[in-house]
Amino acid sequence: MKLRSRIEALAGENTSNIPVFLSFLLGATAIYTWWVVYGFLPELSSWATYNLLPIEKGSHLGASLEFFLYDTPKVLMLLFLVVFGVGIIRSFFTPEKTRAFLSGKSEFAGNIMAALLGIITPFCSCSAVPLFIGFVTAGVPLGVTFSFLIAAPMVNEVALGLLYGLLGWKVAAIYLGTGLFIAIFAGWIIGRLKLEHHIEDWVIQTNVAALSMEEEKLTWNDRIIYGWDAVKEIIGRVWIYVIIGIAVGAGIHGFVPEGVMASVMGKGSWWSVPFSITIGVPMYSNAAGIIPVVEALLGKGAALGTVLAFMMSVIALSLPEMVILRKVLKPKLIAVFITVVATGILFVGYLFNMII
Amino acid sequence: MEIKVLGPGCAKCNKTEKLIQEVIKETGVEANVEKVTDMMVIASYGVFGTPSVIIDNEVKCTGKIPKKNDITAWVSK
Repeated sequence: MKLRSRIEALAGENTSNIPVFLSFLLGATAIYTWWVVYGFLPELSSWATYNLLPIEKGSHLGASLEFFLYDTPKVLMLLFLVVFGVGIIRSFFTPEKTRAFLSGKSEFAGNIMAALLGIITPFCSCSAVPLFIGFVTAGVPLGVTFSFLIAAPMVNEVALGLLYGLLGWKVAAIYLGTGLFIAIFAGWIIGRLKLEHHIEDWVIQTNVAALSMEEEKLTWNDRIIYGWDAVKEIIGRVWIYVIIGIAVGAGIHGFVPEGVMASVMGKGSWWSVPFSITIGVPMYSNAAGIIPVVEALLGKGAALGTVLAFMMSVIALSLPEMVILRKVLKPKLIAVFITVVATGILFVGYLFNMII
Repeated sequence: MEIKVLGPGCAKCNKTEKLIQEVIKETGVEANVEKVTDMMVIASYGVFGTPSVIIDNEVKCTGKIPKKNDITAWVSK
């Protein structure tokens, strides 16, 4: 074993100069190519729609198809870049490190840290329960744990990449800011409510074994592989939703008359925000499927705050997640969780309808 | 050798178990592979990324599908 690691170290030393230089060059070329192709997308989609296919300019079908042919490669390319970048950042974090960092943190600062770490800690919703138990038994305050659990699904790289690609950096930044805000405050309020006794009893009684664990040492090569794996895994999972979402969005874009959403999801009707949340909470979709639809709705007169609220309630609160969390939380705590988060989303929705 | 794969039964967990079974077959190591799906038991191991692989009470990896080379290294120690 010792010998092998020495050989590996030697091999790494011998070749390290060339690969670093080479991979830098390769990376730069890849990013440049990406940039050039990305810049040509509008012309390409227009050309493909009207020159390659016998479709008249100005027709409904043409508008839909051009939209589809432009947005699909654009969004997939952006997702590629964002997921890869976030994947590399994530390789620096593990749930274990995050837990160690958060345990014993004071309430408010802890909520802020937890919400931020929720974005960059690699974590899949299927391990929400072991993570919850791991956090709570290690002395991470309940409210701080919730800040993490709210931020993790709500503010994710797929949502940010899509929002940036379809609606611009301002909307992406607003989403990031308000998502963090809700995660911080909802967690803080849940912490203030002192609901620790509404955690299922077996969680507290669980004897968490302290097993030895080897700390992994990652090289930059490993991190790039990690980022690439994230791209394969995440884009491999969401591309079909992206395409379906954009197709639905394209249909709305070309065929639904302007301003038709103004009466339902516009600014004028006060009930539109709570209505959107009520529809959104039980709906279960990922960001990839919902955001292209949302973009099309915005173009047809829906108000940004309402749409933001709808999107957040679809992504952040979902029935399957509640069923999973029910194993560790008593019904009352689940109800409080949903209510607090939904109220936060409601607030954000009204706020943006008011100021924009 | 006692190998435990912790995971509630998601696609990644099944993949991990399959990989381990393959490695055992290829290397011919004597090992007992057990899949742990009970949340309470998983939690009691102190890991919170699933799938996790535990070999003889040592956590080998959490939160991701291990690479085949790594598994080979673990079992042939």
